[in-house]
Amino acid sequence: MNIVVLVKQVPDTWSERRLRADDSTLDRDAADAVINELDDYAIEEGLRLQEAHGGEVTIVSMGPQKAADAIRKALSMGADKAVHVTDEALRGSDGLVTSAVLASVLGRTGFDLVILGSESTDARMGTLAAMLAERLGVPQMSFASKVETDGSKITIHRQADYGYDTVEGALPAVVSVVEKINEPRYPSFKGIMAAKKKPVETLSLADLGMDASQAGLAASATQVVSFANRPPRAAGTIVTDEGDGGAKAAEFLASRKFI
Amino acid sequence: MQDAEFADVLDAVRRFVRTKVVPREDEIEETDAIPADIRRAATQMGLFGYTLPAEYGGLGATLSQDVRLAFEFGYTTPAFRSLFGTNNGIAGQVLVSSGTDEQKQRWLPRLAEGAIASFALTEAEAGSDPSGLTTKAIRDGDGYVLSGVKRFITNAPLADLFVVFARTDPAARGTRGISVFLVDAGLHGVRVGPRDRKMGQAGAWTAEVLFDQVRVPSTALVGGQEGAGFAAAMRSLVRGRVHIAAICVGMADRLLAESVSYAKSACQGGQPIGEFQLVQAMLAEIKTGAYAGRAMVAEAARNYDSAADRRIGPSAAKLFCSEMVGRAADLAVQVHGGLGYMRGIPVERMYRDARLFRIYEGTSEIQKLIIGRALVRDGN
Repeated sequence: MNIVVLVKQVPDTWSERRLRADDSTLDRDAADAVINELDDYAIEEGLRLQEAHGGEVTIVSMGPQKAADAIRKALSMGADKAVHVTDEALRGSDGLVTSAVLASVLGRTGFDLVILGSESTDARMGTLAAMLAERLGVPQMSFASKVETDGSKITIHRQADYGYDTVEGALPAVVSVVEKINEPRYPSFKGIMAAKKKPVETLSLADLGMDASQAGLAASATQVVSFANRPPRAAGTIVTDEGDGGAKAAEFLASRKFI
Repeated sequence: MQDAEFADVLDAVRRFVRTKVVPREDEIEETDAIPADIRRAATQMGLFGYTLPAEYGGLGATLSQDVRLAFEFGYTTPAFRSLFGTNNGIAGQVLVSSGTDEQKQRWLPRLAEGAIASFALTEAEAGSDPSGLTTKAIRDGDGYVLSGVKRFITNAPLADLFVVFARTDPAARGTRGISVFLVDAGLHGVRVGPRDRKMGQAGAWTAEVLFDQVRVPSTALVGGQEGAGFAAAMRSLVRGRVHIAAICVGMADRLLAESVSYAKSACQGGQPIGEFQLVQAMLAEIKTGAYAGRAMVAEAARNYDSAADRRIGPSAAKLFCSEMVGRAADLAVQVHGGLGYMRGIPVERMYRDARLFRIYEGTSEIQKLIIGRALVRDGN
């Protein structure tokens, strides 16, 4: 099975993240860069499906030069090869442009299954799976907490507030995963040593037959026009216990969907 | 291993320790065991052989690289590093430095894949000074027969291989006539006693090991000749000292992190105790010790790797860092006040765990003797 896992390098969730003052795009220098957390689960799922069904796992990432670090880490987990799309003209691209670029890469690599995290921790749009599936003309299987396939058909559990839906589709397909799906492995030392010998193809927009005018901030349908810092945390809700404190606390938690 | 690769290894180890082991510390303390899934993950990662040569399935980490990993291991319970510490350290290094090709071929790949090697030197009257060693290996036909009792043997209940020190020349005194044997733990006559009940370091198992007329082939003799393994074994202890010093630094970092976090959140008299200068002084003292220790370990490791100093530096680092972390643990408990005396609080556990560092792999007193002798005999 030809499995492609999409990986995005994002600023570390645990470090302070900022947008740039000049064009409101992400300030990539302000924070440590890591693999988007949900993409770790996507990689793990890709590797597990490969272990069960054979074939290859290819990592595809669009991002600056530095994203090569994220690609190397993905390869050290066990993926076979990678494609890195990098071009100065891509800076500031929104989801629509990103999906066009990635769809073009997927046209080159071919695929039976595309796996990605259901959202990135920086932009948090969560729309890429849908856009890609639409562009590629294949089923979108979103928010998967479980994936099963026999090589021609795919069945997932789609995570929902009330539990899950069992959704079935035909391959090829695009699957986005949630963190419930598995426990990502840590790269082994052998995997780390092997990663540097694995093929990484670097592509520019021109290599994909695209023009700089089709990418970046200017070509994007959406753009951040202004931003404001999150206001300081307001005082919390105080529940006075009049014999029903437990029930009130539970009600509050339920209203926020914690329970 | 190149820097870029090592950076990835270090990152993987750091994340593993902090996200997978630290949250399980209470469980390790309560069950006195490293959970099976952590051992499995450590095996898969390659932790059981990271200092062993690459051609035998290891990573071939230098001591300078080893200590940077040890700073990370030290951040969590020492039981975690103990699990694979004997493989990469004292026991494994004997094989690396003086095993025959056949011995290396037979054991090192297995160790790299998670088999456990245990270092059996210590006896009731042979600890810091091995000259009182009484375990015997008597030549018998094509092999040897071993008999004797070892104690405080780390990982003995888990061991697949014992690296055993025994006297092959009964007439010899002192450290002469001592040879080293590779003893398969499954051999008839090898018996491991119940796990020792210790002050701290729960989850790190030690036990007595009895060798009752254990017959080994002559191929079990390290280096293929009598007396060959002993000097090498002493050298492997030297390397281990720098590693232990690095573990102490890692623990001091953790003690500091716990203490700072507590000092910033715990209030007395309406303000966080971290605002009080006497508390700040304690934090400053922990930080300064950890900082000095880190620099010292890096220097000792660099000089060990380049062979510029394999005598004074390792002992000085082990002496300083083990004393330093003892003091840091004491201060960390003090910062926590009454809470620091309570079970379930990390600094209380580390206070007990830290005590061993001044004792094992050469007591502080022995380190002073080594340093002092070297100074008087050879100059600095």
